[in-house]
Amino acid sequence: MTKNISDGVETLPLPQLDEEERAAKRKEIYAALEDRDVTVQPATDDNGDPLENSMVLNMGPQHPATHGVLRVVLKLDGETVERAVPELGYLHRSMEKLAENKTFHEFMPYTDRLDYMSPYSNNTALCLAVEKLCGITAPPRATYIRTIACEIARISSHLLWMGTMVMDAGAITVFLYTFQEREKIYDVFDMLTGARFTVSHCRVGGVASDISEECANYIKDWLKVFKKKLAEWRGLLDRNRIWIERVEGVAVISKEDAIGIGFSGPNLRGSGVDFDLRRDVPYMAYQNFEFNVPVYENGDCLARYFVRLEEMAESVRIIEQALKQLPKGDVRVDDAKQSFPWKHEVYHSMEGLIHDFMMTDTGLQPPAGTEIYHAIEAPKGELGFFIQSDGTGHPWRLKIRSPSFCSLQALPHLTEGGMIADVVVAIGSIDPVMGEADK
Amino acid sequence: MNALALLLVMELGDRFALMGVVLGVLLTAVAYTVYAERRIAAFIQNRTGPDRVGFDLIPQLKFLKGAIGLGQPLADVIKLLMKEDVVPENANKFVHALAPLISLFAALTTIAVVPYAKGVAIADVNIGILYILAITSLGVYGITLSGWASNSKYSLLGGLRSSAQMISYELSMGLAVVSVVVLTNALNMGEIVESQTSNPLNWNVCRNLLGFIIFTTAAFAETNRAPFDLPEAEQELVGGYHTEYSSMKFALFFLAEYANMIVACTVIVTLFLGGYQVPFWTDAPWFVQVGAFITKTLFMMFVFIWVRWTLPRFKYNQLMDLGWKFMLPLGLFNLLIVASTIVIFGNSLPLSILNLVLVALCVAGSFAAKPQSKMA
Repeated sequence: MTKNISDGVETLPLPQLDEEERAAKRKEIYAALEDRDVTVQPATDDNGDPLENSMVLNMGPQHPATHGVLRVVLKLDGETVERAVPELGYLHRSMEKLAENKTFHEFMPYTDRLDYMSPYSNNTALCLAVEKLCGITAPPRATYIRTIACEIARISSHLLWMGTMVMDAGAITVFLYTFQEREKIYDVFDMLTGARFTVSHCRVGGVASDISEECANYIKDWLKVFKKKLAEWRGLLDRNRIWIERVEGVAVISKEDAIGIGFSGPNLRGSGVDFDLRRDVPYMAYQNFEFNVPVYENGDCLARYFVRLEEMAESVRIIEQALKQLPKGDVRVDDAKQSFPWKHEVYHSMEGLIHDFMMTDTGLQPPAGTEIYHAIEAPKGELGFFIQSDGTGHPWRLKIRSPSFCSLQALPHLTEGGMIADVVVAIGSIDPVMGEADK
Repeated sequence: MNALALLLVMELGDRFALMGVVLGVLLTAVAYTVYAERRIAAFIQNRTGPDRVGFDLIPQLKFLKGAIGLGQPLADVIKLLMKEDVVPENANKFVHALAPLISLFAALTTIAVVPYAKGVAIADVNIGILYILAITSLGVYGITLSGWASNSKYSLLGGLRSSAQMISYELSMGLAVVSVVVLTNALNMGEIVESQTSNPLNWNVCRNLLGFIIFTTAAFAETNRAPFDLPEAEQELVGGYHTEYSSMKFALFFLAEYANMIVACTVIVTLFLGGYQVPFWTDAPWFVQVGAFITKTLFMMFVFIWVRWTLPRFKYNQLMDLGWKFMLPLGLFNLLIVASTIVIFGNSLPLSILNLVLVALCVAGSFAAKPQSKMA
């Protein structure tokens, strides 16, 4: 059973090339990398006529519509995009490598910085993966709190998407409308977790603190207002001729291509694939709720727009049901080998202090040689954590399957043949967050 | 020689004085239009907008201190004057500096033929409306040249977009103007206003609603205002033609843009909303007429601002489609209707009725249109 995972690395064959050959090979690789990443070759037959050459436009990494630091190199024929090459990595912080030197709890704040529009989902995804790895079951109340917070995070993320996508199409006002609601969501997180932005509230085996009566009531009141606002925004946009013309039939991706490229979440459902992890592979408390999974067939920006809008309404339904069903009880596993002890135990008992110390210093130690993949339906799509354990408190390898990264590889497919104005709308419609794509 | 000059000054003295007044008012109005735009945008977006800068240094104006930010335009101008003037290294320096001047020149010159009250215009020329068409066409040079001279790809795209857009929409604008000329039987701006009389039903907006809509839409395109602000689309082209401009050169573009908007509003008011005519008050005193003119202009400006903060932007090909495949045939159709009504009936009453039917049809059509996307 105790298989040494590092064996695989040690036995890799050493390179057998001589120095010159290696240098040539390296040069080739660098040239290929440069070619792929940095340049789109303009037409080479320069006959002196400037009208016969294509223009290469560098969009980003500092560009108002690339949602952070995405860089797209465009080869243009007039306003038409002939080729688009997305380049990633401007926000790379080597999160996966950092995780190998951290305990699972220490790594939690890093996950906040993955998709920073919905930090709670990322925390939960990590905790669920670790719980699955160690065989821990969180108490029902904690599961419900996680579910509620994840759905609020989904609304928050979709609101940002909505604001920015409509703004990319030129209507700036909606952005400010959605941000007013996001402000209230931050207030909710402030009450629930004590932090507004990077929450780090989840814990392996539960959550850090219970949901207060005040917070639950605040959420209930806010949901009522939010439903009205949502209807208002839909009234503004759903039948707006200019908006529909800007997004309908733009950046179309077929069902097969969407699956092949690795779309997930709302993007996939916008292409007509009826798949939602919350319903099809239920985790947390989702099997207890009634909700629809909106699916649209066209695969264009408009379909993705409708999917996300309706998802927000479904999230509202889920939160309402969850608040109604919220069970009583602990919010963390009452087993000091599995999760942090309560603070009063730490302060007033020797065992509590020792357990707290062990949990902080050594961390959870999953059995050596075990590996696990667990994915949740994050707002952007399937967010998965693959963890390999070597028996210590640190993961031997932690791989993040981030939805934005997979979605972004569809960018050439979506934008080539379109116009410059379609590029920004296409980027907006697949809703990438560079923190997650670059990790 | 001196006597001739004196004669000229005596003859044109009032014109020069009027020009001074109008330019002064226009430039101040531009500054405060920016302020108004920001306040109205803030109102539409549930924000506060600029509300800090007052005139605290001037004791007499201390009462303006309340949170309405009336000093903001002044502060903005000072800030723009103080900023470093950055010119891109490989730019064509001369054209780069010339372009904003052309833009502002075109914007400020157009106002010359607009009558503010009966017989009060800087230049009461007989071909006023042709003059307006000619001068507004010049404005495109400023934008196109700035896009070319900046030596930046984004600017170039903005400049090219602008030239294509202006040329496309000038045609439908011209057709709308021709329909007005047919209706009023005059090229002189003053005469056009006079022929609309003080009865609002006689204003061209009622007699020639389609022309009004075409002209206003084309004016949105001509002034590069949303939803036709493609030359400067921030989300696509960062800033378009003025990406590489800073300091006072940028301010000149800014001035030109808003001056264009004000001028376009005054032209719309003159051609379609009865100009200085006061409803139901023939031969009103000049100051009342000026007041009416300003009120109508302010209303049109509010519409311009309102639209900008409400609608998304068109795409380049949609803009062209709209201009060539929709507006141009519609303009021709409108001209045909107007001309044949005048010939057959000799008056414009049937036009007003026809327009009402058209409006009803359009409203019904827009409500019937539904998005095509379907749920699986």
